[in-house]
Amino acid sequence: MTTVNPNGPRPARITAGRVGLYAFLLAVALFFLVPLYVMLVTSVKTMSEIRQGQIFALPAGLDWSTWQTAWSGACMGLQCVGVRVGFWNSVRITLPSVALSVLLGALNGYALSFWRPKGSTLLFGVLMAGGLIPYQIFLYPLVRMMAVTGLYGSITGVVVVHVIFGLPLVTLLFRNYFMGVPDELYRAARVDGAGFWRIFFEVMLPISIPMVVVASIFQFTGIWNDFLFSLVFAGTDNLPMTVQLNNIVNTTMGERAYNVNMAATILTALVPLAIYFLSGRWFVSGITAGAVKG
Amino acid sequence: MISMQSAVSIANLRIAYEGHTVIDRMSLDVAPREFLVMLGPSGCGKSTLLNAIAGLQDIAAGEISISGRNVTWDEPKDRGIGMVFQSYALYPHMSVRRNLSFGLRVTGIAKAEIETRVARAAKLLHLEALLDRKPGELSGGQRQRVAIGRALVREVDVFLFDEPLSNLDAKLRNELRVEIKRLHQQLGNTMIYVTHDQVEAMTLADRIAIMKDGAIQQLASPHEIYHRPTNLFVAGFIGSPSMNFVSGEIVASDGGPFFAVNGQRIALDRYPFVSPPVPGPATLGLRPEHIAADGAFAGFHTTEGQVSVVEPMGADTIVWFEWAEQTMSLRLMGEVDFKPGDAISPGFDIAKASLFAADGTRM
Repeated sequence: MTTVNPNGPRPARITAGRVGLYAFLLAVALFFLVPLYVMLVTSVKTMSEIRQGQIFALPAGLDWSTWQTAWSGACMGLQCVGVRVGFWNSVRITLPSVALSVLLGALNGYALSFWRPKGSTLLFGVLMAGGLIPYQIFLYPLVRMMAVTGLYGSITGVVVVHVIFGLPLVTLLFRNYFMGVPDELYRAARVDGAGFWRIFFEVMLPISIPMVVVASIFQFTGIWNDFLFSLVFAGTDNLPMTVQLNNIVNTTMGERAYNVNMAATILTALVPLAIYFLSGRWFVSGITAGAVKG
Repeated sequence: MISMQSAVSIANLRIAYEGHTVIDRMSLDVAPREFLVMLGPSGCGKSTLLNAIAGLQDIAAGEISISGRNVTWDEPKDRGIGMVFQSYALYPHMSVRRNLSFGLRVTGIAKAEIETRVARAAKLLHLEALLDRKPGELSGGQRQRVAIGRALVREVDVFLFDEPLSNLDAKLRNELRVEIKRLHQQLGNTMIYVTHDQVEAMTLADRIAIMKDGAIQQLASPHEIYHRPTNLFVAGFIGSPSMNFVSGEIVASDGGPFFAVNGQRIALDRYPFVSPPVPGPATLGLRPEHIAADGAFAGFHTTEGQVSVVEPMGADTIVWFEWAEQTMSLRLMGEVDFKPGDAISPGFDIAKASLFAADGTRM
């Protein structure tokens, strides 16, 4: 038996555990990728191809016309305008909802962390409790309130609802972020003569950019994917993409155009998907960012 | 009553924190151009007091005036103070230049004036080359110089420092300490400086306020605090190694009072009593440098002990020895060749000692 004197870097060793680990990771990745593959492939198949029932088979040719149909020609009931209208409605609902909920949540978190007005702990607790109660409970009272204020069935109405339900999470995110910011930074700004708003806009908001990004991504995907609130509050003229997609897919007249449905679904999911891909790096760094180092 | 010749005057101040009183009925006057250091263990209320002076801490009672003006209800920015924090508290997203000018921009001072002031502060603190950098690109010492500069550009009469050197390593701390002292000599502002580091306190202060449990124990010059501590706490807090404390008893006799300990009589005829000696239990305090190693000086109380540990520090040596069933230390210049176990004849310089009564106050 020869003994090797340990010297230099430890030699790499392939163990059964390692192989098993990678096999598992690969299997999990495939599990999540297969549905996407099926959707993509189906969207470019012709209907006769789809009827053969081989959902994993590669398409005979690339028929992109289904995407064109999904975007601007697919029918919901008697209207055949595609998900295009819904896309723009989604944009008009999502952008102001995200901007407002993130700004107000940041302001909440800032006030709760630094100014701590009387009763702020209680307020924070109530806000968090609000975030834990199922949305469905609020639906009827909210519909009544919207009706009374005349906001029911408008973009403004649905934006207000999204902002209200976004506040607990965004406030929590920002409050925790600002709790990690040294109190001395706030005090230094006070000595420098800055007031509530100036400290917020010129000191605290700029240093919390990573959290702004994270909160915006959370809010964007949540609001873009929302179905319930938009269906209830937006009104028939302002239905977002998700609701329109549902209407297209569930349309009962004639043959089900699976290829168009798949294309419309991918189109709807494309925006949040793109956001995740483009901001992945920011997302991770924002979540892990704790205290600000001077 | 507010004294007109004080830079900072605190009268009957009370600060309560979540129901319990942290500082009670405190009064303190700081003279113009004075460098006052507030020194004490953590939790003694020194930072709270500083924040109250700055207007960042609500007070429960009393009044505060700065430069002869009652500022008790004023906002921090209106008090005529600049403040430097322990964690630097620089705005991380702004360049050094914008950090320095932030307060001035908030106040709406003219651009040209801002530039002049920033340039002056940068020159004074050797920050000219760093003006366009972000705080994240600076070393700890540079950051703290920027923080000092931010207080400087406000051109105020009173500077408040809240443990400004605690986050720095030992070498930088020494450098910046000297720089702060130089700055004080150059500018002549009033400075109130909070620290728990006695070296900073001894070297920087015109007067030191030693605090404990929200009350000032002694307010005096560093020399006075070191050589004539007013009570046991001050005596034990200042000095490294700390003062040696020997418990014994004061006994009156025909030849004057003496201190009885361990069957020995230590004559007190050379001790400068501040109040007439009262027989009873007492504590004798001796600084390490007030114990001689060979005891052969006139007027010293010479005794016998045994060396236990020797700590050579280069410039001086600390010799720990056993006497009267306790460990005591003495300081000798340079290097000495004592070894553990050696016999030693320590001589106590009673004229420089401190005697404390049973309640801890100086006798």
